[in-house]
Amino acid sequence: MIDTIRGDNLLSLDELSRAAILEVLDTAETFVEVNRRSIKKVPALKGRVIASLFFEESTRTRLSFETAAKRLSADVLSLAVASSSVKKGESLRDTIATIDALGIDAVVLRHRSSGAALQVSRYVPHVRVINGGDGLHQHPTQALLDAFTIRQVLAERSGTSGLESGTSLFAGLRILIVGDVRHSRVARSDIAAYATLGADVRVAAPGTLLPDDIDTWPVSVAADFDEALAWADVVALLRLQSERGSGTFVPSLAEFTFTHGLTEERSRKLRPETLIMHPGPLNRGVEIDSRVVDSAACVVERQVSNGVPIRMAVLYLTVAGTHEGIAT
Amino acid sequence: MTSDDVGRALTRMAHEIVERNHSVTSLSVIGLQTGGNDIAVRLAHLLSEISGELMASALLDVSFYRDDLTRNPLPASASTTIDHDLTDRTVVLVDDVLFTGRTIRAALNALSDWGRPRAVQLCVLVDRGHRELPIRPDFVGKNLPTSQDEAIVATLDGVWIGVRGTS
Repeated sequence: MIDTIRGDNLLSLDELSRAAILEVLDTAETFVEVNRRSIKKVPALKGRVIASLFFEESTRTRLSFETAAKRLSADVLSLAVASSSVKKGESLRDTIATIDALGIDAVVLRHRSSGAALQVSRYVPHVRVINGGDGLHQHPTQALLDAFTIRQVLAERSGTSGLESGTSLFAGLRILIVGDVRHSRVARSDIAAYATLGADVRVAAPGTLLPDDIDTWPVSVAADFDEALAWADVVALLRLQSERGSGTFVPSLAEFTFTHGLTEERSRKLRPETLIMHPGPLNRGVEIDSRVVDSAACVVERQVSNGVPIRMAVLYLTVAGTHEGIAT
Repeated sequence: MTSDDVGRALTRMAHEIVERNHSVTSLSVIGLQTGGNDIAVRLAHLLSEISGELMASALLDVSFYRDDLTRNPLPASASTTIDHDLTDRTVVLVDDVLFTGRTIRAALNALSDWGRPRAVQLCVLVDRGHRELPIRPDFVGKNLPTSQDEAIVATLDGVWIGVRGTS
């Protein structure tokens, strides 16, 4: 297990200990305050160069990583892959080597292939690599901001603060993950984070959208979706990933909505305090009804807002941190 | 120094601050995380008693402004609670121990993100010397000559000198 990401890469949440995750959440709390200032910038990463390499489409992750880097005063190299030499057939390895030759301290990578971030970390061992989503494998910062959002909301409700509560609010917390688990890197990272933090995690999905090795995951499979809705403290929906072929795993989108969509009618089965989460982008009317998105229980916008402080924390710890030890 | 000595030093410094600034209404008392926290709270309390005006203190964390981020392990960061624009205010920075002056340098940089104070004054419980930057305190609880390898602990409960690394 890895006990801190200071001076290290962030490739996956599978190996991170509870202490390492808690450190990111607590560091992000201090950046929430920075983001409330009129001058939302601190010089922590002044003079560092962070490359943003997105080989797949992204709105939230890319914008919030770049905003985070800029608020830490780092310089950002942003490669627009669609108009780059990648289109002429330049390989991932050569693209990374080229960017590295320009002098970078860290790279945020999103790629359609699982394991791409690990591969890049081997190409450029002196550069910190932060996984911004690799294929079906992992999306660590999404899971960190999801956990951060849950802790923030629950802490507010119980009149404490996220910092004070540590990981206590996750003990036994009932989290239901719904939808396209098979194709979801968010689900894999979320489950790793929630299980490490001590939550009780269930998944609900049509059998075809569950991964074949689900019995080896630290989750249970909900037999009945509607019953699980009443059980859950948090309902985390996943996007149906048409670009990864989800369409062939369900008879039709309407059928998926009928069995596993959070329709308005179904949302009445939730207890009033249950949180509804979604990593975005939303397929309104497929996995979630438009009216449910706009309800008070839905914290999608908070998740997006928390993306910036979480990514500031990750960049700060990985890029400014060193292996030598941890100050107290 | 015992806690009584610390109490007397703080009372004296509070009087000096009032004397120097005439009015306390334009003062902002800001403690540096984490050593300056308790001292700033106590100082604001003393200033309230002396002046009859209600004084609050705020906290400033300078972790992200340090110049030694790359050389030392990251400091554990704490939160900043400044909730007002500091433009045209007189800031009294409060810390436990003044040593190299690098924390104060970082604090001065940080303060500029909250506006342009009319003046910044520095109040420390202990000045132990060994400055590496041209920074001097305005109000000092006690001048305590030390060697580089000694460690100083200065709190409301008293001041102790120990050997670095064992405290």
